[in-house]
Amino acid sequence: MEILVCVKRVPDTAENEITIKGDGTDIQRDDLVYSVNEWDNYATEEAIQIRDNVGGTVTVVTVGDSESEEILRRQMAMGADNGILLADGAFDGSDARGIASILAAAVKKGKYDLILTGAQADDGAGAVGGMLAAMLDLPYASLVNKVEVAGNKLKVGREIEGGNQEMNEIDLPCVLSIQTGINEPRYVGIRGIRKVASVEIPTHNAGALGVSGVGKAGAQVKRVDYFTPPAGKGAEILEGSMEEKIDKLIELLKAKGGLK
Amino acid sequence: MAQIFAYIAHKNGVVDDTAAELAVAAKKIDASAQVTAIVTGSGATLDAACQGAAKAYAQVWKINKPELAYPNAEVVRKLLKNIVPASSIVLVAHDTFGMDLGPGLSIKMDAAYASDVVGIDGADGSTLKIVRQEFAGMAHAHMTVNAAKGAVLTLRPGSFQAGDAAGGAGAVTDKSGDAGDLGAKRKFLQVVEAETGDVDITKSDVLVSIGRGIEDQENIGLAEDLAKAMGAVVSCSRPIVDAKWLEKARQVGTSGKTVKPKVYMALGISGSFQHLGGIKGSPFIVAVNKNPKAPIFQVADVGIVENILEFIPAMTEKVSG
Repeated sequence: MEILVCVKRVPDTAENEITIKGDGTDIQRDDLVYSVNEWDNYATEEAIQIRDNVGGTVTVVTVGDSESEEILRRQMAMGADNGILLADGAFDGSDARGIASILAAAVKKGKYDLILTGAQADDGAGAVGGMLAAMLDLPYASLVNKVEVAGNKLKVGREIEGGNQEMNEIDLPCVLSIQTGINEPRYVGIRGIRKVASVEIPTHNAGALGVSGVGKAGAQVKRVDYFTPPAGKGAEILEGSMEEKIDKLIELLKAKGGLK
Repeated sequence: MAQIFAYIAHKNGVVDDTAAELAVAAKKIDASAQVTAIVTGSGATLDAACQGAAKAYAQVWKINKPELAYPNAEVVRKLLKNIVPASSIVLVAHDTFGMDLGPGLSIKMDAAYASDVVGIDGADGSTLKIVRQEFAGMAHAHMTVNAAKGAVLTLRPGSFQAGDAAGGAGAVTDKSGDAGDLGAKRKFLQVVEAETGDVDITKSDVLVSIGRGIEDQENIGLAEDLAKAMGAVVSCSRPIVDAKWLEKARQVGTSGKTVKPKVYMALGISGSFQHLGGIKGSPFIVAVNKNPKAPIFQVADVGIVENILEFIPAMTEKVSG
């Protein structure tokens, strides 16, 4: 099976405090720790496991800049066979539709049976996978937490409300967005990354892909600014030493029935 | 102004809470809009769902088709493309169905798409002014959506409070004849119900709930010790289940269990809306997190800014002592 996994380099929200710049144009990016989007990591692992079961290749692709190459190498160190970087100044400021158009052009340059994305990334939109499927006229399933290959079809589980799982049969080729928890992504060590450090990663620009109308000018959805909402009621923050904080908390908990 | 449609989620003849919320959101786009509810399904419960929708909407379109017995987004997307006029605005709840439906629908309608919308500040001509959240709820953003060729918006459940929804008493029109081709390459098979664990977290008055801040599987025992000392039960947020450190039945959230405790101790939990969606009944919420900007502090009653790996053992000692 020829599998394409779409990945993104994002600020790691588990490792960073996100602070908005004074003028609201962006978040403070100077000291941010970046990593591969968590959902994409599960998608890459799933692709590798499918390939190992039924054969084929795994290609990872990203829309980004030269810095995004590091996450492609990281996913190749996990076991992806190839990486493709889609980079062009004309891509800057693209909305989800723009990103999906760029990826759709890259898909058409290859021949893939299965295309995976993460269920969402740093902007929480979860839009690119579904858009990509619609542009390519392929069937789509989102929030996938189980994949079984069954001939020229897949049996896929979708995570729905209440922890229930919706089982579907979907024709190949198709696009799936992968939910976290579907597998246990393998660990990548420094040695693994060193091994793929010199593998050539082809880069395609807008001209090579034949895409236009993307970037900020083509975006239908635009961010005006980031802002901090007026603080709500908010929590009463307990101050003092650890011991003082815990003493206050225990009193409050006793009053609320949380402690006998 | 464009025509506005709302896709209504329903189950066993009862419309979802989001049905009224979408009506409220539509009025924020255009206060004078005559909003049309679209209710799809098959069989006896569909009429009851249509009556439910009519309470909040001026008009209801009923589509009764065997293919729509289960809401398969691949089928519903084709239906909406067939029956919704070009350049319309379509509102859908941002739940697991809306996330499945929305992005592709916007492409098929050649319309703009914005997801997980938490606020609407009206419209300027065909430009919609909306509010979203990014970076796991740590940053809010004002966005504009160019709806000149229509728009699909998915709206976060609970963000648009019903109540000021205009009375509907809408007429139900059967549009089944316009449904068109509904063939799809994805077939719904069945829903597999979540497994029940050995502990039922929904029955506990006090929950000691842990998140990513617990850092390592070895530290789970710290939370178990505190829960034992407090006479509480350990629950968790999604990353703990993803890491397979606790079973799925312990997970609080829209994709896990809905709990109604008296006291909820959120330890090292950032507080995503999916997690908060599983906490009902207004418990007393205690948040402990080393990140003072964690969204959980916005909804907690009491907050402590500390590393939970230091806080939990100290708390256990105090409570036991």
